[in-house]
Amino acid sequence: MVTSVTNLGRSGLSDWMIQRITGVILLAYTLFIAAVLFIVAPEFAEWKALFGQTWVKVFSLAAVLSVAAHAWIGLWCVSTDYLVTHVLTIKLGPAAGAQANLLRWCFQAAGAIVLFTYVVWGIQILWS
Amino acid sequence: MLNVSIYRYNPETDSEPYMQDVEVDTGGKDLMVLDVLELMKAADTSTVYRRSCREGVCGSDGMNINGKNGLACITPLSETLDGGNKLVLRPLPGLPVVRDLVVDMGLFYKQYEKVTPFLMNNTPAPAIERLQSPEEREKLDGLYECILCACCSTACPSFWWNPDRFIGPSGLLQAYRFLADSRDTGTDKRLADLDDPFSVFRCHGIQNCVSVCPKGLNPTKAIGHIRNMLLTSAT
Ligand code: SF4
Ligand code: SF4
Ligand code: FES
Repeated sequence: MVTSVTNLGRSGLSDWMIQRITGVILLAYTLFIAAVLFIVAPEFAEWKALFGQTWVKVFSLAAVLSVAAHAWIGLWCVSTDYLVTHVLTIKLGPAAGAQANLLRWCFQAAGAIVLFTYVVWGIQILWS
Repeated sequence: MLNVSIYRYNPETDSEPYMQDVEVDTGGKDLMVLDVLELMKAADTSTVYRRSCREGVCGSDGMNINGKNGLACITPLSETLDGGNKLVLRPLPGLPVVRDLVVDMGLFYKQYEKVTPFLMNNTPAPAIERLQSPEEREKLDGLYECILCACCSTACPSFWWNPDRFIGPSGLLQAYRFLADSRDTGTDKRLADLDDPFSVFRCHGIQNCVSVCPKGLNPTKAIGHIRNMLLTSAT
């Protein structure tokens, strides 16, 4: 079996499941926000009241975490497709090919930092 | 006169591959692409390609014909030229070229080997044979016909990027052929071997495989069945 330490779900099936579930959550959240925006069209005070409710906070947090998980699996897929030795060797030459693992880890680390920051920041906004 | 542009590479004399333009006299007939190659080989014996059965059975002359993978022996000029007069022949994409149109199929066979393409059965062998009902046998239709020509896997972008880790449409069609066989008892082991992030799940449903299979098979559908089996067997 092929495994990879940087993979989120540890198995292809759980990654696939996480992609589907987070996708549904994001769709529901998008529809919710769209409905609020276009049907209620709230002012600042109403926004504040809306996000003062616990269920909205929980729903928003679920959406924030979903974006992070969904994006991580997506980025991981893209980086293990294109940032591998033989692809980089063909596209950029043998020197880049030899550094494929390093390049991929840098890319993944950058992605991880961005997503982590985004989650912390999201929590901060929701509970401030 | 038919204008043919053919991929040439002889590692012993060429520093890199090049496209050679050749004019071929087809006598105005609607030949198969393989017939054109035979004419070209008669004129220039250094032209190299694989072929054997010349009737779409052996799977040895898979190549890229005017941008689409197919078997040269059963691809008529009228179909691939589509009114034009230019035939472009290249080796199957994504595999190392040995010479001209001949590619090294090693990676492709390695993936095939991974799916243990033979019946596994740990129950005591019956006196004569393991029987199958007509319904059970029917489940293998659309799966057993694969001739391992590699047209599908070498048309699949996921296989181009990860030929060492993604099994590819051909191997997965075969994996399902044995998962679907009522005489096989290796289902759990087979599924466990496929449940990593690459073997099956690198398929993104692009369906290039379906559009090129010269036998009209549907690897994407088989991959969907494997995914469902993984789902139902999961805890
Ligand atoms: S599935 Fe079709 S294209 Fe793929 S190897 Fe088998 S016969 Fe060839
Ligand atoms: S459907 Fe899957 S196996 Fe077929 S070409 Fe697309 S990614 Fe490859
Ligand atoms: S020569 Fe056998 S399939 Fe074409």
